[in-house]
Amino acid sequence: MTTVFTLQIDGRDVAGSEGQTVMEVAEENGIDIPGLCHLEGIHDRGACRLCMVEIAGTPKLAAACMTTIVEGMDVTAHSERLLEYRRAITEMMFVERNHVCAVCVANNHCELQDMAADLELTHFDLPRISPKVDIDASHRLFAIDHNRCILCLRCVRVCDEIEGAHTWDVMNRGLDTRVQTDMGIPWGDSTTCTSCGKCVQVCPTGALFEKGRAVASGSKRQRPFLPWLKVVKEERGQ
Amino acid sequence: MRRTIVIDPVTRIEGHSKITIQLDDRGEVVDAHFHVTQFRGFERITQGRPVHEMPALMARICGICPVSHLIASAKAVDDILAVEPPPTGADLRRIINLAQIVQSNALSFFHLSAPDLLFGFDADPAKRNIIGLARENPQLARDGIGLRKWGQLIIEWLGGKRIHPTGIVPGGVAEPLTADVRDRILAGVPEAIAAVERAIAWYKTDMLRWEEEASTFGNFRSAFMGLVDRDGNVDHYDGWLRVIDADGKYLADRIDPHNFNDYIGEAVEPWSYLKSTYWKPMGYPDGIYRVGPLARVNVAERMGTPRADEELERFRWRVGRVAGSSFHYHYARLIDTLHCIEKIELLLRGPDILSTHVRSRAEVNRNEGIGVSEAPRGTLMHHYKVDDDGIVLWANLVIATGHNNMAMNRAVLQVARHYVKGDQLVEPMLNRVEAVIRCYDPCLSCSTHALGEMALQIQLLAPDGAVLDELAR
Ligand code: SF4
Ligand code: SF4
Ligand code: FES
Repeated sequence: MTTVFTLQIDGRDVAGSEGQTVMEVAEENGIDIPGLCHLEGIHDRGACRLCMVEIAGTPKLAAACMTTIVEGMDVTAHSERLLEYRRAITEMMFVERNHVCAVCVANNHCELQDMAADLELTHFDLPRISPKVDIDASHRLFAIDHNRCILCLRCVRVCDEIEGAHTWDVMNRGLDTRVQTDMGIPWGDSTTCTSCGKCVQVCPTGALFEKGRAVASGSKRQRPFLPWLKVVKEERGQ
Repeated sequence: MRRTIVIDPVTRIEGHSKITIQLDDRGEVVDAHFHVTQFRGFERITQGRPVHEMPALMARICGICPVSHLIASAKAVDDILAVEPPPTGADLRRIINLAQIVQSNALSFFHLSAPDLLFGFDADPAKRNIIGLARENPQLARDGIGLRKWGQLIIEWLGGKRIHPTGIVPGGVAEPLTADVRDRILAGVPEAIAAVERAIAWYKTDMLRWEEEASTFGNFRSAFMGLVDRDGNVDHYDGWLRVIDADGKYLADRIDPHNFNDYIGEAVEPWSYLKSTYWKPMGYPDGIYRVGPLARVNVAERMGTPRADEELERFRWRVGRVAGSSFHYHYARLIDTLHCIEKIELLLRGPDILSTHVRSRAEVNRNEGIGVSEAPRGTLMHHYKVDDDGIVLWANLVIATGHNNMAMNRAVLQVARHYVKGDQLVEPMLNRVEAVIRCYDPCLSCSTHALGEMALQIQLLAPDGAVLDELAR
């Protein structure tokens, strides 16, 4: 028997089972908490920090995707303060790399772009870092443009947890952090990559894309497919 | 003592530019330069980008003729992929390109130049614009606005967006044409033809007033270059380069555009960021040539469509087989426009135009690609080099305004010689310098200022740089 907890999110009474995260309960109840690294079907990693919420009684903010619910929790998911933080985080994602939406394969179907629109982020105050960042187009089918990577690590997780290849990982620290393939060799030389394309499908931005796609014509599936893959996998006892 | 008259800023072509007119001791004009003093460096921006992004990236070079860059770029990428678009895909690209030329030519003739022609070059600039035109000759203004709109709608319907269309992709076009859109475009053809024919009729009666201008507006001997098809007729999208001299003799014919570098050199002058191209066999600066509507009608046997061919015959009867004066760009532009409309209709009535096979796909198969097409202002060349993964290593663009650079300088000099007297800055000279630049319709952002009036500033400078006289508007 699972224990059911009752709690409040933004003043609404909601319920969830023990072990669920604030994010999951909010989703089930139609409360939208912003997030770019959370994706149904893979484990949460708490990478983007956009889902930060206030919890009554604790001074610290908590990531909704990483915080499991407890009985009587009082969560504020939307406030002026949180909005300011979320805007600042999104702005940092933009200025940290080089985003030129007008010529991006993900233009008009990009989760980062949508986030900026939802948060009404109209301009940048922070200076652009404009780092010199590489593109790896050595794979026959896909390419990664690190200019647009927000380090959500969805690619790392889906490759490991669903495909079981663990081609992707993370290297370096701070501003130099990059996702990498097979210990930092060109993607095209990777011996673990199965060319399944799941990382391309889950990437929220135009960082990972199918080669040959022209601007604004990325190929992301609209229907979430990971939960299904997960069920299939579990049924097969893998 | 040498003195210099500076006209600044004429434009923001790829940045800023200005004109200087140099006087000698006796106040005679000895030289004139059309300077482009800023550079947008698109060639550099493209380095390191995946080649499939190039068409969209290139379309952003210019808000005035993005479609032309899209076309030339897509063709260069086709070359790198070693694919040919399916015939219908190529035809749809052709239609978008022609529509772009119609709307751009209309802007140049009706909005920017017709007011000069209607009111005279010395009329008050406040009335010398499309609004003044609408008051004085409403039909002419309506025709211009209508043609422009029709061209823009075609681009929007076929290309997805009016300003930066995304429908043109490497290998062809993104979407097939629907019967509905085809019929909508066809419905506008008769009115478009009528509009441009009315303008031609008006121009032909009016042009007699401009004998003096026609003889001094860049009236000189030069070569001409343009694309022609298998029969030697005008081709705006594909074909071979033909270059003729001032007498109509072929300097070269059936040049595969891929080999353009063997024939065309680019000279860099310290006073301008805009490279001057020249016909290599004749060297620099003797290898001066012109491109654009005037060059197209001069190099071609015929336009290849009945109404435009009829007008071309009259044109040649009036101004000669090879028209030398840049003033005749206007006339040629109207005939060019008429041809584009007829051609759009022909293509749309083709039996396979609704075919759904509009795009070929391939991987990067070559490390180098060249795409050449006719833009409204003349031949446009894109040349890229990529690595094995399709990452752009190098890019070079030869734009119409670059081909015409030397000719524009020559034309400004000629006008200045004729109209500058002494060290006084006078309006008639300013007006005509402005107008002669407009003949070439260079892609100067401010030449498309809403009211069609260039921001002009002339300075008369002493050798020590002191301002002797100033004229601005
Ligand atoms: S990844 Fe998204 S935000 Fe970044 S350039 Fe592309 S569309 Fe814009
Ligand atoms: S490549 Fe895409 S999925 Fe991977 S970390 Fe970067 S943004 Fe996330
Ligand atoms: S969604 Fe929670 S940290 Fe990204």
